Amino acid sequence: MQWEVVIGLEIHVQLATKSKIFSGASTAYGAEPNTQACAVDMGLPGVLPVFNGEALRKSVMFGLAIDAQINERSVFDRKNYFYPDSPKAYQISQLYYPVVGKGSIDIDLEDGSTKCIGVTRAHMEEDAGKSLHEDFHGQTGIDLNRAGTPLLEIVSEPDMRSAKEAVAYMRKIHSIVRYLGVSDGNMQEGSFRCDANVSLRPKGQEEFGTRTELKNINSFRFVEKAINVEIERQMDILESGGTITQETRLYDADRNETRSMRSKEEANDYRYFPDPDLLPIVISQEEIEQIRSTLPELPDAKCKRFVTQLGLSEKDARALTSDREMADYFEQVQQSIDDAKMAANWLLGEVSARLNKNALEIKDSPVNAEALTGLLRRIKDNTISGKIAKDVFEAMWEEGGDAHSIIESKGLKQITDTSAIEAIIDEVIAANPSQVEEFKSGKDKLIGFFVGQVMKASKGKANPGQVNQILQKKLKS
Amino acid sequence: MHNKTIAELINGLDAGEFSSVELTQSYLDRISSLDQHLNSFITVTSEWALEQARQADSQRAAGQAGLLNGIPLAQKDIFCTKGIKTSCGSRMLDPFISPYNATVIEKFNASGAVMLGKTNMDEFAMGSSNETSWYGPVKNPWALEAVPGGSSGGSAAAVAARLTPAATGTDTGGSIRQPASFCGVTGLKPTYGRVSRYGMIAFASSLDQAGTITRTAEDAALLLKVMAGLDLRDSTSVDKEVPDYTESLNNELDGLKIGLPREYFSEGLDDAVAKVIEDAIKEYEKMGAVVSEISLPNSKLAVPTYYIIAPSECSSNLSRMDGVRFGHRCENPRDLNDLYIRSRGEGFGPEVKRRILVGTYALSEGFYDAYYVKAQKARRLISNDFNNAFENVDVIMGPAAPSAAFNIGELTDDPITMYLSDIYTIAVNLAGLPGMSIPAGFVNNRPVGLQLIGRHFDEAKLLNIAHKFQTVTDWHAQGPGQFV
Repeated sequence: MQWEVVIGLEIHVQLATKSKIFSGASTAYGAEPNTQACAVDMGLPGVLPVFNGEALRKSVMFGLAIDAQINERSVFDRKNYFYPDSPKAYQISQLYYPVVGKGSIDIDLEDGSTKCIGVTRAHMEEDAGKSLHEDFHGQTGIDLNRAGTPLLEIVSEPDMRSAKEAVAYMRKIHSIVRYLGVSDGNMQEGSFRCDANVSLRPKGQEEFGTRTELKNINSFRFVEKAINVEIERQMDILESGGTITQETRLYDADRNETRSMRSKEEANDYRYFPDPDLLPIVISQEEIEQIRSTLPELPDAKCKRFVTQLGLSEKDARALTSDREMADYFEQVQQSIDDAKMAANWLLGEVSARLNKNALEIKDSPVNAEALTGLLRRIKDNTISGKIAKDVFEAMWEEGGDAHSIIESKGLKQITDTSAIEAIIDEVIAANPSQVEEFKSGKDKLIGFFVGQVMKASKGKANPGQVNQILQKKLKS
Repeated sequence: MHNKTIAELINGLDAGEFSSVELTQSYLDRISSLDQHLNSFITVTSEWALEQARQADSQRAAGQAGLLNGIPLAQKDIFCTKGIKTSCGSRMLDPFISPYNATVIEKFNASGAVMLGKTNMDEFAMGSSNETSWYGPVKNPWALEAVPGGSSGGSAAAVAARLTPAATGTDTGGSIRQPASFCGVTGLKPTYGRVSRYGMIAFASSLDQAGTITRTAEDAALLLKVMAGLDLRDSTSVDKEVPDYTESLNNELDGLKIGLPREYFSEGLDDAVAKVIEDAIKEYEKMGAVVSEISLPNSKLAVPTYYIIAPSECSSNLSRMDGVRFGHRCENPRDLNDLYIRSRGEGFGPEVKRRILVGTYALSEGFYDAYYVKAQKARRLISNDFNNAFENVDVIMGPAAPSAAFNIGELTDDPITMYLSDIYTIAVNLAGLPGMSIPAGFVNNRPVGLQLIGRHFDEAKLLNIAHKFQTVTDWHAQGPGQFV
């Protein structure tokens, strides 16, 4: 039987506000346990939540960026459940009236095409604290620093048909929230987390199959792996005539398998009801328009501009714009040297390769945009060749410093003095009489050999254009 | 000294007749000798009170006296008080020492008031007789075999017995007005949102409101002025100017339009209570008020509506009492579930458990629409009844409770009848309106209160109407023989 995969994602994005969604405590990451939990976050008797309007502004920015309906009135509900890291024993969330309604985004598929993925809704809620099971000798420690951190939960339609599409969607959402500055998107710190709903159905069937929910898969790589192993698991069951149980499953990255966490029967009844401590959240059309006016250029628009205005290929433009910092870096270099192709080639070539090798992000690159600009200027003014530039780049990456001083101190300056180049060429010609004969008898391809010998003799510093020109002249004379 | 009202005590302090320390000490002495008969206090904060009194005296000497400088008050044990046990009448919070002050407490502190202690109450404010308290029932000073009403029963009894000049209360379905009626004192429940709920342990968040229990309407006006106002820590508190409630106390009532809801004078109302209320209304007619019968047709929905909404909210509000971070924790829990089940099982009394169960049920999947959503619709109807009525009348009057105080133990096995003792007060909370109960007479030597219901934020008018009654009657000035 041919099976079709159906995937929907719920992405939790931590909104980058200074203080928590319902209290004045700081949201900074990494503080000593429970030092950033005030009376409200601890859920002491008598405390009340007060909504942080910045969370609304950032949520609306996201909604506008995906062309979603913005609800002028949204309501916070209580989701009731007992757990030690949930201090009030309810989470304040939005079930019935979320702030962001239906929207959509285009994702880019590997074959170069795009696909539109529906976003059902996005709602604001508070994060829980953390249970710490290590270091407490069989007991559990509770850290409430994270309790009350604002989240935007973005719920997709079940529009994805493969793990790769799910990853592409997740990357796109990640890119958008980072462009907007509504979240730092830091996955290690839990600022961007994903649950996936996965089901299979016979190809051509309208009705969805029974789904399972994969919890908390927190990297792009794991999302793809987790979904794929879950697809395989479900397919094995269905192929052998079994049925899928609706349940929540946990992905174990070490074993690359998913495990049942709880079945539908064991699922909590959250007893949602409107939180009587909070008024409905109201935002006017004027305020929405004001927020719209603050939206930055988004990845799709930027990509289009790079293609039409700067003449980049669709592929390069896409690669440069998926990350806002990469795009900003690129634009800074491009504007300084006025050569989009050169800037793009360097960023997607040397710079990206080194970043990947060292697992760094562009913002942490030891060679910043200004430094790279200095290097590329030296290529453009013929001080060094493109090949030498790669060595200089290596030195800049490893040791720091600017291109100019590295070129000077290492004597890498290109030889452009015609007489000096002629002297090297004469030596090479003298040392290779038989090749000279062959060339003269019509073996034109040997020009490459001579260029190589000259460059080698000059330690790569001779200007390749000049070398070629003088060689042709001398060999043909 | 203990028979003086707050207004009179302020004059005495101003005139230097006594100091706050002397005044405070005299009340502490009364509490220590008399409260053994009443059990109206859970905690008496003698040292703290005398310290506050000394500060008040020196502030007064320095010419920096706040509005309630040096005036002793008792606080219902539902308000969080920093460094002092805040039990809410429950074993669950018996070990709880609040690390912060409720906004109401801060406001009283800023005005120079002195806290004598924390008053007894029904557990988590759930009760109409003060019998659900972990600390034992409070007795009615007018008849020690009778209940003082609830849930602010400790406050009402303490004020009636002159153990404090005034006390705070909270009112979710009648918890100020019903005990005020039973104890022959003046109870004021302000408009929802008038007084901050921050630091007031939540029972039913959309209904709870802090208010006052005093001997006179004038004293209530003084206290409300201090308590009321916007609080940025409570999103449901309202940004509306706080008037000087004492200024309009003596306004004439000529032409005042009083509405008497026929539903409040029908089946279930004690005949003798009805007579007291009718006589009180006649006093108003003598002052020039015009009385007409009105209808609040959805009154019968109030009790069932309330007993969906309040338990639903309380089932969620009380979930934080889980034995994890504060409050009662069972001994040697085997695992997390055991910790929850035994801590809560031991910490909560039967009435609280009953309401948590009802609320949990009402919010459950499959029942939510039938109960909670429907109750919200009924709440709207009840609220509309009042809006319609207030198009034609200025104030609504009726009994505060269907009977005078019943005896301790009389209704403990009959929760439904117990719930019906709030039948005339509950609708006011559902509509968020201000209400009062003022002493209007006696039935078998037990006090009976007249209820006044006003428009939203019409506290000044209610206080004026109550005060004028107290200028032509002396029910409010009478005290229980043993305690005056």
